[in-house]
Amino acid sequence: MKLLKLTTFLVASAFATQLAAQEAGGRLDVIVQPEPPGLMMGLTQNGPTQMVGGQIYEGLLRYDGDLNPQPGLAKSWEIAEDGMTYTFHLNENVKWHDGAPFTAADVVFSLGFLDGTHPRFRANYAHVDSVETPDDYTVIFHMKESYGPFINAFEVGSMPMLPKHIYEGTDYATNPANSTPIGTGPFKFDEWQKGSFIHLVKNDDYYVEGLPYLDEVFYRVIPDAASRAVAFETGEVDVVPGGAVENWDVPRLAAMDNVCTTTKGWEFFAPHAWMWLNNRQGPTADKRFRQALMYAMDREFMKDVVWNGYGTVPTGPVSSKTNFYSDDVTHYTHDPEKAKALLAEMGYDGTPIRLLPLPYGETWARWAEAVKQNLEEVGIKVDMESTDVAGWNEKTAQWDYDLAFTYLYQYGDPALGVSRTYTADQIVKGSPWNNVEGYENPELDKKWAAAAVSASNTERQDIYNEIQKEIVDDVPVAWMMELEFPTIYRCGVQDLISTGIGLNDGLRSAWIQK
Amino acid sequence: MSFWKRFSTNRGAVFGLILLFLVIAIALLAPFMFPRGPWAMVQRPFLAPFDAAGLYLGTDTLGRDVLSGLVYGARVSLLVGLISTVMALCIGVPLGALAGFYGGWVDECAMRFTEFFQTIPNFALAIVLVAILEPSLGSITLSIAIVSWPPVARLVRAEVMSVTKREYIDAARLAGLSNMKILIGQVLPNTVSPIIVMASLMVATAILLESSLSFLGLGDPNIMSWGYQVGAARTVIRTAWWLSFFPGLAIILTVLALNLIGEGLNDALNPHLSRKGRA
Repeated sequence: MKLLKLTTFLVASAFATQLAAQEAGGRLDVIVQPEPPGLMMGLTQNGPTQMVGGQIYEGLLRYDGDLNPQPGLAKSWEIAEDGMTYTFHLNENVKWHDGAPFTAADVVFSLGFLDGTHPRFRANYAHVDSVETPDDYTVIFHMKESYGPFINAFEVGSMPMLPKHIYEGTDYATNPANSTPIGTGPFKFDEWQKGSFIHLVKNDDYYVEGLPYLDEVFYRVIPDAASRAVAFETGEVDVVPGGAVENWDVPRLAAMDNVCTTTKGWEFFAPHAWMWLNNRQGPTADKRFRQALMYAMDREFMKDVVWNGYGTVPTGPVSSKTNFYSDDVTHYTHDPEKAKALLAEMGYDGTPIRLLPLPYGETWARWAEAVKQNLEEVGIKVDMESTDVAGWNEKTAQWDYDLAFTYLYQYGDPALGVSRTYTADQIVKGSPWNNVEGYENPELDKKWAAAAVSASNTERQDIYNEIQKEIVDDVPVAWMMELEFPTIYRCGVQDLISTGIGLNDGLRSAWIQK
Repeated sequence: MSFWKRFSTNRGAVFGLILLFLVIAIALLAPFMFPRGPWAMVQRPFLAPFDAAGLYLGTDTLGRDVLSGLVYGARVSLLVGLISTVMALCIGVPLGALAGFYGGWVDECAMRFTEFFQTIPNFALAIVLVAILEPSLGSITLSIAIVSWPPVARLVRAEVMSVTKREYIDAARLAGLSNMKILIGQVLPNTVSPIIVMASLMVATAILLESSLSFLGLGDPNIMSWGYQVGAARTVIRTAWWLSFFPGLAIILTVLALNLIGEGLNDALNPHLSRKGRA
């Protein structure tokens, strides 16, 4: 067997580093917004489901803030040098919440389960040829081809481990266990009062000695943004996740005594906001017009004013927090004169263009207004359209727009979260999440494909550098912001965010300083 | 006593009229006062009133001049108020007149139709209509007209019924005038005064409706209006009171002005109905 061990971690818990003064005990109240439709992570993958379910379920790996893989249910792993084999060694003392042992059979079962229910998992799993379990605590993935991003696909939201002994042979969607989820995580499900709270309690048999510290966690459901802010002010809740209160309320809450904020914990998702530019028709079909848009907009101003300074102005399609980012590209600074020159060169005749904002509240409405104003200052006539979420989905999915706001997650690797927006095979009418703008560049398509299956990371970096350099000049979409959602919490809550998915799996190491 | 003399005995009405002329003048002069338009981001956001030179009412969440927004908002409010009222009159007056004049099954049909609209709460219907038609200045004006005509039809019907029973109408019939001639030439002119009074109040209601729709985010996103200003400022009301206060004040004053004028018109046009002590 020509297995060359590249990476081997034998640390039981890389996260329990500061053993200094953690204090066990206490209760944490966290806002969950909106109320999740369910907690069974194999069946639903919404944001709120992941936030609560991530304490109950676990993945094989966890990822730190720089997206390096860390031990999870797997205590160590090896990747063959040719990238064709991934071997995982599981922790041997892991038990499901009902006492049954967690083994390689559960892993294999979960793979089959998720292949039927989880589209993002399926896309990754398509690169796997076969799975082998030589013993109860070893799982080996044999790949069809070398697929570098695969190592980023083992996080709890992307590949949660599900109990075989509960689901095997049942109808997954109607299994009564869905309402009382059983996982291996640091917290066990206790009670869910719909419209009010979800109560989790400490898993005393957790496989990492000493964890978790907290006795119980309440996820509180409060439907109105202003009431959520008040609940934090009055001390009713301890943690406000990113995006749960209006942007304008953040400075006020952050300025309170004994309140801390952090923008960490979103690195894995790296939400990237842009405007779809319809590459098929109208003025936006002209590359010079699209470049003019980029020069016309004062994106720094929008960051400072609309987003209260939270976020980063992106240089291109890949977030600076995602692996394989490159800033060796054309930088579009605010330069109205250049924009006007480009418009004059293409002979823009003043055709009005439509702008579709994202109907996600006041911040997004103000953002669109700022864009409209910037564009009109260089002579582009903009008609703002107004719509609800369903209308927005419909219009973008049916390509009935000129400019339309959106944002998508990047999942740590360009092959997972970036290329889907720019390759020609993703031009399919009916979805607002694929190559909606209609950008076609066969040369780049080949490079995207090559980069995904290249065995070496340096080679991948080289290809992604080339792609970024070229695509930024084409401006297929107008990159607006690397969004940052500040988490607001009482300073006494320690080690709340220790991974690249933040609150989604962070509570296992959180503790309260008394 | 002439109309103007009677009108001016009501001091409130005169005050209202002056106020309304002021608002109209501001609306007309908007492009000369603020040539860059209401959306221009002119200064730092969240400047309080009088904090920076020239920005008397401060700046909003994006650094736009609140005063220029108010001035341009006046155009929208007046335009929507006026046009939707005219449209409502165009529906309500003919329907009410026919119902009142012909009576019988015409009346039955017209009134059941009117009641159908009256049973649906005005504002709820307006929201539904705007949401279906997609928010734009046209659809907002149309929706407001559609929810405001039923009272007009009711009023006109009642007035026409009472006028039709007068002797001069009988005289007109005996003289051989056609029904249409009697209705248009004899009956309607004698119902004009209550319609004018009602119309002035309808303009006020329409302005309120438009503001409420914009407040809820159902305004035309391309047009600065008072309701939009208040709605956008709602989330920052605790940190920047002036963003919602001044547009709110503008709405109150304009609506008040129109109500005072309506009152004055009522006194002037129906001297017999004037309240005791003033006649």
